[in-house]
Amino acid sequence: MLSRTADHLFWIARYMERAETAARLLDVGARISLLPSAGAGFRSEWDSILQASGTAEGFARKYDDPVQRNIESYLFFDRDNPSSIASCITAARENGRIVRTALTSQVWDALNTAFQELRGLERLPRSQLEMSRLTDWTMRHTAMVRGAIDATQLRNDGYDFLNLGYLLERADSTARLMDVKYYVLLPQVDYVGTGLDTYQWSTLLRAMSAHRAFHWAYGGELTAAKIVHFLVLNRQCPRALLTAIAGVSDHLERLAVFYGSANATQTRAQAMVDELQALSIDAVFDEGLHNFLTRFIADVADLGGLIHECYLSGDVR
Amino acid sequence: MFHADQVRPPYARLADWTQQMPDELRCLKQAEAEAFFRRIGITFAVYGEGGDPDRLIPFDMFPRVFTQAEWRKLERGVKQRARALNAFLVDIYGRGEIVRAGKIPAALVYRNAAYEKAAAGIVPPRGVYSHIVGIDIVRTGPDTFYVLEDNCRTPSGVSYMLENREIMMRLFPGLFRENRIEPIDSYSTLLRRTLASVAPEKCTSSDPVVVLLTPGHFNSAYYEHSFLADLMGIELVEGADLFVEGPFVWMRTTEGPKKVDVIYRRLDDAFIDPLCFRPDSMLGVPGLMDVYRSGGVAIASAPGAGVADDKAVYTYVPDMIRFYLGEEPVLQNVPTWQCAKSDDLRYVLDNLAELVVKEVHGSGGYGMLVGPKASRDQLASFAERLRADPGKYIAQPTLALSTTPTFVDQGIAPRHVDLRPFCLVGERIELVPGGLTRVALTEGSLVVNSSQGGGVKDTWVLAE
Repeated sequence: MLSRTADHLFWIARYMERAETAARLLDVGARISLLPSAGAGFRSEWDSILQASGTAEGFARKYDDPVQRNIESYLFFDRDNPSSIASCITAARENGRIVRTALTSQVWDALNTAFQELRGLERLPRSQLEMSRLTDWTMRHTAMVRGAIDATQLRNDGYDFLNLGYLLERADSTARLMDVKYYVLLPQVDYVGTGLDTYQWSTLLRAMSAHRAFHWAYGGELTAAKIVHFLVLNRQCPRALLTAIAGVSDHLERLAVFYGSANATQTRAQAMVDELQALSIDAVFDEGLHNFLTRFIADVADLGGLIHECYLSGDVR
Repeated sequence: MFHADQVRPPYARLADWTQQMPDELRCLKQAEAEAFFRRIGITFAVYGEGGDPDRLIPFDMFPRVFTQAEWRKLERGVKQRARALNAFLVDIYGRGEIVRAGKIPAALVYRNAAYEKAAAGIVPPRGVYSHIVGIDIVRTGPDTFYVLEDNCRTPSGVSYMLENREIMMRLFPGLFRENRIEPIDSYSTLLRRTLASVAPEKCTSSDPVVVLLTPGHFNSAYYEHSFLADLMGIELVEGADLFVEGPFVWMRTTEGPKKVDVIYRRLDDAFIDPLCFRPDSMLGVPGLMDVYRSGGVAIASAPGAGVADDKAVYTYVPDMIRFYLGEEPVLQNVPTWQCAKSDDLRYVLDNLAELVVKEVHGSGGYGMLVGPKASRDQLASFAERLRADPGKYIAQPTLALSTTPTFVDQGIAPRHVDLRPFCLVGERIELVPGGLTRVALTEGSLVVNSSQGGGVKDTWVLAE
């Protein structure tokens, strides 16, 4: 397939997953802020959302106060924020429009419907739009696109590039969502193990729609170690880092078979899978969760760069 | 539809259909059609207008109907014209017999802005320059059809022909059971076959690689480009996806370079190769013309085809038909005055209020004067422009164009229409029974261009 087509497919998936992550972040923020102020007050919680989504700088340029309403506008509607839900859905739909020929009509329909409804939402006064409704709306549409892809797309190389986009973005976003904990709790180590700490951890699980799944998988008390194990190493968890990276590796292997030749991407992805599989939760805490996640996010970015170079750039010989 | 107050036979069943349709149902169906077009994304951007970037072309649900006998005549005329236009192109880029015979002025051909010197001496595969010929036709009486203009470069609108049919079949399946309507969905298969049949001599494969070259997703016709590529199952490429190496053109794929044999380009000559034409073009492929000249790739339409659809060259098409085919034209030309000729110019200036004046190189209905509709001031200022640069203009009488019933706010009313059938020229000449009917939605208006508020309709050819 054309390298440019593969690139557009890859980015449709990345943008849709990114929109979903933004919606999940908004949910985490809203829930954490419902707790009585801890330490620096509600500001720190909302600030942590911006830190984790990597949009703190852009936000600071535009607004002074990280108050809830501003952050909600910035993460949902703001076209100046390339990671806002509106920007992501628009970009995904535009990428889709460019490669209409590589999508089934159901997938295009799902992308276009999300975009048309978004334009409808943008015309409504903000006072009529509850944030919980908007985040639900986002997750419903990202799920519809995802479902249309799974149900109708031909299982060819295009399908692999779509999935590579989803899985790389998901690996990145799970790591970032977990990092929210770091930013919220950093100044107050005393809170670790308290009711507040537990509440925050369980909010994180809720944000990944994994709250009940976790209880099925582990039972008993919520502990930091169990939750980190679930979100990093448990392949039953669809958003776990290992699940995402193993998926990336699987799709790269499929491409190698499909094209009859492998390259550096397969080796790199397999190395990341091996490293995660050999990892223990103790080792993660020894390294420091934040340090581990920062390193992981950088590795994911490198792998993305390699995939671009080897498949998407058009310079392949 | 009406003739001497009688419903013409092909429309008889439709008359019942409209009478039985309550207003609410009509509104519902109209809304359904619009939702469908918006959902599939068949929209049209008008340059420099601002506003909604995804504007819909108004769709009129009342179909236009041709009988089999009417269509047979049109088909014969359109194919005849497509053959003559291609013979003309091969001739003028070769020996120029028609010029030597004095049938057409040399200056009009060789000094024409659309004449590509870079194409001189080239005979494209199967002697075809223009592979898709769109011929704009109007009707003035039961048996009289006039050709308004020929489109030999990259006529657009075929996606509307196909999608209008699609939506009609969805909205009113009953109509298709009651009326025997010739299908048109073989168009994409025929188009692909046509393109594959003109593969260049250096292509040894029995299954040539065909691609559609688009200026990109900001182009107003991008929907059509992706729609056609999808129907044909061929890659939709932009200039940057292609490159020249050695004697061939290649496309950049995830598996490395892949050779391309036939390029169906929806890009003007000026943009296809910055080394040969406009050096500032970012849309084309550097070196493409060299590969084309040496038979490494075929380009449809071939560079230089535009000279055949020039509005001044148009007046000579009946002569071309007689000269190359030895036949009488089946379809008439509209009488045309060439303002470049002083006698014609004098006539045009004296009768400006009765004439339609168009720019020779214009398109899209821009920069034209419709005499009977113009104010005194408009006529005076246009006369000045005419005197200043007469060679830029041609003039035609306003024809008593036929109308077809059209849904308007007040119910059903007659509106002027034209027709663009799409003739395919390759190893064979093919024409699907249908075309794009454009309708001037404003009462009394003769301008059907979508950029000027025109709409579209489904076009039916009834089976015997």
